[in-house]
Amino acid sequence: MPPLDWPGILNQTLQDSFSILPEAILAVFALTILLTDFLLPAKQKFWNALTALIGVLSSAAFLFELAPQGGLAFDRSISIDPFFIFFAFLILAATFLVILLSVRYLEIQGEQRGEYYALLLFAAVGILFVACGNDLVVLFVALEAMAISFYALAGFLRGDRRSNEAALKFVLMGAFSSAILAYGFSILYGLSGSTNLAVIAQRLAERQMQIAGWDPLATLALVTVAAGALFKMAAAPFHQWAPDVYQGAPTSISAYVSVASLAAGFALLLRLLLTVFWPVRVEWVAILSAVAVISMILGTLAALQQSNVKRLLAYSSIAQAGYILLGVVAAVNPDGSFNAAGLCAAAFYLFVYAFFNIGAFAIIALLQRKGSIGDEIDDLNGLAQRHPAAAILMLIFLLSLAGAPPTAGFLAKLFIFWTLIGTGHYALAALGVLCILPAAYFYFRMIAAMWMRQPDPDSQPDRDLRAELAPPPAFTRAQRLAFGAMALVTLAAGILPEQFLRLANYSLLYPFRN
Amino acid sequence: MPFSDTHILSTILFTPLVGALVLFFLPRERPDLQRWIANAFALLGLAVALPLVWRFRSGPAAPQFQFLADRVWIPTLDVHFRVGLDGLSLLLVLLTVLLGAVAILSSWRAVHTREREYYISLLLLQTALLGIFLSLDFILFYVFWELALVPAYLLIGVWGGERRLHAAIKFFLYTLAGSVVMLLAILAVYHARGTFDIREILSHPFSATDGWRLEKWLFWGFFFAFAIKVPMFPFHTWLPDALTEAPTAASVVIAGALLTTGTYGFLRFSVPMLPHAAFHYRGFLVALSLIAILYGALVCLMQQDLKRLIAYSTIGQMGFCTLGIFALTPLGFYGGIIQQINLGISSAAFFLLAGILHRRRRSRQISDFGGLAAPMPNFAAIYTIVTLGALGMPLLDGFIGEFSVLRGAYEVHWIWAAFGLLGITLTAAYFLWLYQRIVFGEAASPANSAHETPRDLDAREFATLIPLVLLIVWIGVYPQPIFRALHAPVARLVEAVHPASYRAAPLPVPLAAPPPAPAPRPESK
Repeated sequence: MPPLDWPGILNQTLQDSFSILPEAILAVFALTILLTDFLLPAKQKFWNALTALIGVLSSAAFLFELAPQGGLAFDRSISIDPFFIFFAFLILAATFLVILLSVRYLEIQGEQRGEYYALLLFAAVGILFVACGNDLVVLFVALEAMAISFYALAGFLRGDRRSNEAALKFVLMGAFSSAILAYGFSILYGLSGSTNLAVIAQRLAERQMQIAGWDPLATLALVTVAAGALFKMAAAPFHQWAPDVYQGAPTSISAYVSVASLAAGFALLLRLLLTVFWPVRVEWVAILSAVAVISMILGTLAALQQSNVKRLLAYSSIAQAGYILLGVVAAVNPDGSFNAAGLCAAAFYLFVYAFFNIGAFAIIALLQRKGSIGDEIDDLNGLAQRHPAAAILMLIFLLSLAGAPPTAGFLAKLFIFWTLIGTGHYALAALGVLCILPAAYFYFRMIAAMWMRQPDPDSQPDRDLRAELAPPPAFTRAQRLAFGAMALVTLAAGILPEQFLRLANYSLLYPFRN
Repeated sequence: MPFSDTHILSTILFTPLVGALVLFFLPRERPDLQRWIANAFALLGLAVALPLVWRFRSGPAAPQFQFLADRVWIPTLDVHFRVGLDGLSLLLVLLTVLLGAVAILSSWRAVHTREREYYISLLLLQTALLGIFLSLDFILFYVFWELALVPAYLLIGVWGGERRLHAAIKFFLYTLAGSVVMLLAILAVYHARGTFDIREILSHPFSATDGWRLEKWLFWGFFFAFAIKVPMFPFHTWLPDALTEAPTAASVVIAGALLTTGTYGFLRFSVPMLPHAAFHYRGFLVALSLIAILYGALVCLMQQDLKRLIAYSTIGQMGFCTLGIFALTPLGFYGGIIQQINLGISSAAFFLLAGILHRRRRSRQISDFGGLAAPMPNFAAIYTIVTLGALGMPLLDGFIGEFSVLRGAYEVHWIWAAFGLLGITLTAAYFLWLYQRIVFGEAASPANSAHETPRDLDAREFATLIPLVLLIVWIGVYPQPIFRALHAPVARLVEAVHPASYRAAPLPVPLAAPPPAPAPRPESK
């Protein structure tokens, strides 16, 4: 046995560590928050948020350093590629926005504690590893790190029964989905004898060559893995957790989960579908088409009946996940070849969606008062008089969710339909287009409440009327920054989208398929 | 090419948008400042469009689309910012900027809540409408098409009458239903032709080589969007609600310019791009138009609400436009377009007059008025001209349009013209009856006598109405410039639909020959 090359190993480990610096920095800052939280007096807790923001920014700075290098690390279990960089920036941006928006919210709730920000950062670490993981074990552990942080965050309002209920439901259903995912991973391991995605992909391709037909085992692995990923995306029929969790969780966390969990599930799904499951693409195109259709129809129809805004936005997120999945469906040409435009459309959709969906939730968070949640549609009544700036922002976000120009949501949907028609999925495109119509009804119900109705004190006899009618407090500096960024992206990506489209295109540089 | 040639359309298009942005950054607590700036930008929008009148070249040598501008907008999707102007869009652009300025001026005293958002919505709506008429790229067209919905929705829903929420969401969902179907059709056109360039697509109309099935589906896809906008029977039910509940200025712009986008769509896309389908279905479409004419007129005879009556009369008059268009004859096209412009002017004038009455009496009920000739002589005079124009009095605008439409329809089938004539008779009946009830008679109702004598028009109201009255007279007396501007577009339409039958004979230029008989009635026998 030759002697171990210690300097070489050390050098390699150092180099590898460099490639996970963005995650490491986030984790270090999260731990710092947990340690320094004790030292801060109750009124100074906002320093925790500041620490978290600095952590996110320095992590993003190292991502910039990392972006041009790329490569594999830790024995090929981590893959640094544009795909990862894209998702990492998206998640860091979402985390940054949510931290900015959380400060005031937690103050009103009286839950201004350091763990909140630490958990947010831990969740971000998990998602970043999901995006760069190239190994089943890494992927699973990362996904669980994210999920467990989310469970704790969903139940963060200890005094609120709905928040507790949300956390419990989230844990139970999340555990169930993780079990299914683990089952799928174990089948993959059984089929290939490796946990490395590249190896699995190669084995499965060889196996496909030998069988030259339908492969039941690979399909079973596909179904179970897809179920786990689609659960994280809250796509129907794996969506049952979403309405309860979004409604009960702190509103800032609803905003974060709706985007971050979606992005994590999407990243996991894409990486597996385009590498490991590429040989069975006929099967996954069919599965994803069905899931997308069910999500769009069910999400839209269920949202029509909601009177609670957070619940409504939850169902709307389910429908939006359906549109994103349509982009993945369009990633396969009719002849079975790879179509980059479809993925580009989905990535663009996800990117802009993060901004305007967090924006819509954040406006609801803004309405929160002590003792009143303010998340019914009636609570939006007369917002245009009470808080014109919030009403204009919400108008922009809702128009974008509804897919109306000149917002990013319109172009995102257009791009999806464009690729669907290009790949011959006419029926899917028609269905997606037709779903815009009922969806417009419930988004415009909120717009009508804000702009056309008057605040009606009689309809809410239980509430403190003066608090209800008083204008929400003016924006804090943090909120101004966050809302400004979200509105800017929503409008800029709708009017001059080329840079954003290039960004989405960049995420596909990783040679999924040559 | 001089700078002004390539940028004049962009200037026209974005002047109202710049105005909206300026208003956004002005303090909302200064409503008078908002009013002045909004009016200034509306007038500026009119002023920058006026040079088109003499710069536009008509004649056989002139290119189809002038003042072209083409910039890549979204390279990934092959979407360009392409704008251009032909005779048809020239007239509609001028109509839109005029009505935009009139609408904004008319709101000076009428709107007292959230002036900033109100004027921003009006200016945005104007940009969107201009964009619809000027776009030569399908996606750009669609963006403006959808963009028009949101400000119109807000105008109806925020500043409208009692049932405004219902009217606003109905308007929005109806028109959105049409546009999403059109989006599919546009994507299908892209798939078939590989471009969003409207000029390119129009130069290769769909034919037998593309398959009848595709052409048929495309036709219906576009048809729903345009028919809902027009609105044709049976897609009209949103219109009475929307026009009745909307504030005066929004009614003016919606009736005068927004509905025009529907006929514009038929003339720009449905007919020249899908000529066989248009020809195939023309009997059905003419039948719908005739039903709209008769139905609109009959409903008008029983309306108690002034604005609702005008709204239904708009449906009937729009029937004449679509009758002319889908007769697919040269005179039909001429008449349909001119009738569209007349309708824009006269329904705008009617809504302004209704708004003037509403401000005096706070009522829309016809029975609350009467005997206005004595206290309001100027009002009565203008109202007389507008009414006579709308019911087709020779030497006023309505006559030219209706006469051409009926001539065009008669060329295909006398029965079409006969039903059209019946509609004209009914139209005259309800307009004259309305006129009687409002201008003549006694101020009978108790609510009426409780008020003091209504004031006559003030200077601002004169300023909004006089341009429209002048146009009504001018089109009636000397329509030749309009025919000249429309000559090339109509020739292209005819060429697309009847490549053979009209090629032999040159395109007739109406009224160049001795003027026709004073009333169209004997012609159709």
